[in-house]
Amino acid sequence: MIATGLAAIALAVAAPGAGQTVSSAPLANTQLADPQAEAQAQDLMEELRCLTCQSQSIADSNAPMAGDMRHQVRSRIAAGESPEEVRAWLVERYGDYITYRPGIGSATWPLYALPILFLLIALVVLVRRLGRNGE
Amino acid sequence: MKRLWLILPLALFALFLGVAGYQLTQPKDEFVRSTMIGKPLPAFDLPGATDEAPRVASAYFADGQPRLLNVWATWCVPCIAEAPQLEELAERGVPIVGVAIRDEPEAIARFLENYGNPYEVIARDDIAELQLGLGSSGIPETFVVDGDGIIRYQHIGDIRADDVDEIYAAWEDAR
Repeated sequence: MIATGLAAIALAVAAPGAGQTVSSAPLANTQLADPQAEAQAQDLMEELRCLTCQSQSIADSNAPMAGDMRHQVRSRIAAGESPEEVRAWLVERYGDYITYRPGIGSATWPLYALPILFLLIALVVLVRRLGRNGE
Repeated sequence: MKRLWLILPLALFALFLGVAGYQLTQPKDEFVRSTMIGKPLPAFDLPGATDEAPRVASAYFADGQPRLLNVWATWCVPCIAEAPQLEELAERGVPIVGVAIRDEPEAIARFLENYGNPYEVIARDDIAELQLGLGSSGIPETFVVDGDGIIRYQHIGDIRADDVDEIYAAWEDAR
């Protein structure tokens, strides 16, 4: 039983070729020389979803695709793009799902509108009650 | 009337529980679809299947002929499974461009020898730049690109025998 399990694990580890296990993109695991640009890239990478391991950020993931995405983020920021431009480039390709900080859109506006609505309702209720006590 | 108002928060909460509970029983859709359908193929210029082969660039798609763009890799097992279906599409006259992700010329040659070569031409995308440009999130994936270089259709995952007709139809539509 254990032997079969071990054999299965050995097979699973041995089977993938080099291509599947590492990203060869130059900036996948190499920081930018400019600390400010690297900090911007790092902040953005923490807010971008890894596509092959969907609950992780690309900063956290070892998946080769996440490495290739980090390369895109770093090289674009090094080329002078702002983090929001890089995020927009990815959203254009994958939709809002790619970012953990979605903007206000046709599907997301209730997320922003409802808390304001609830606050207003609470305020109205509060004012009414206080007003009644004062009488 | 007043009593009804008191029940409202509880009713809302029950509704929320109901929706959440229902969603928990639904299978999760793991696919992240490309939002590039209807948009032009991103510009690219990639090395060919071997270091000697000519490079493959986006201009290749601008000759009026619709094509399939197949994102694959020699290390991808489902890509072996879809090889016969790609072969069939090629035999039915569909030109297919292969984009090999994180791959090597020797591995590509071996794969084509073992599983057949349905490709008109192959581009090597070592850092997945074209794959990310396409909005593709996995391997294999197959896109239909029309004669003006506009992306028309995306198939996620390996092409099964019963997907062939749909993909052929999507290619026909792009003509």
